[in-house]
Amino acid sequence: MDLSLSTRTEGDRTVVTVGGEIDVYTAPKLREQLIDLVSSGNYDLVVDMENVDFLDSTGLGVLVGGLKRVRAHEGSLRLVCTQERILKIFRITGLTKVFPIHSSVDEALKATD
Amino acid sequence: MATVEVSFTALPAHVRTARLVALAVARRAGVSDDLLDEVRLAVGEACSRAVGVHQNKAQHAPVFMRLVDEQDRFTVEVVDVGPLEAAVTGADLDLDADALAEPAPPDAGRDALPDILPPGFGLAVISGLVEDVSVTSEIDGTHVRMTWPASDVMAPTAD
Repeated sequence: MDLSLSTRTEGDRTVVTVGGEIDVYTAPKLREQLIDLVSSGNYDLVVDMENVDFLDSTGLGVLVGGLKRVRAHEGSLRLVCTQERILKIFRITGLTKVFPIHSSVDEALKATD
Repeated sequence: MATVEVSFTALPAHVRTARLVALAVARRAGVSDDLLDEVRLAVGEACSRAVGVHQNKAQHAPVFMRLVDEQDRFTVEVVDVGPLEAAVTGADLDLDADALAEPAPPDAGRDALPDILPPGFGLAVISGLVEDVSVTSEIDGTHVRMTWPASDVMAPTAD
């Protein structure tokens, strides 16, 4: 399974729907997508990871990079994930302290913290 | 003892293949279902790290992976030709959350931001995941060895 990416605008936020495997091979595509969004002025991103089947530390690095880029514009990067296998890597790396992680896109779109 | 050996050109695209092979052999070795995600992630981290090392230091040398199905355990060994970076343990997973959330410099271009996650982070993830892991620097390079319990599926049944 390769990586699938699609984006849509919801109000003032942009939802990036990611599917498949985010690893050392596919992570650069996600990085390009996040950079494109930030360079075209989308600074409040919701990354929907519900259809992600695999995420490794390369993928985590790309997400942290995306967070840093939106923060440079006082933006936000929220994650949507309820899958235990994906949440586990955020927990063991302590990145749950870095990213707001929501249980649905709706919740992430409404969040203001 | 059954062994599967794989050597692959140090390309990111092959890491997925290595994960799939490891997963298939782990399943056959009798590693329990709830450990298979851990096997997949840990093998992926070990192979990604090895590919990174080779791309910097020995592009043409293959990365080597050995999968050993012993009676009650399953071992994966990933070997690269590079020296081991500074010793890493699970403790290195203690990332500085504030530093990670720091904004990128405003002039950051399209290039990857430097050192987002510390070197050795992949190994630290493995240490955080896998109970039985050893990382050793040997004459032919760095060996990452990970072992999981496995039921003895090939053993003859009692009846």
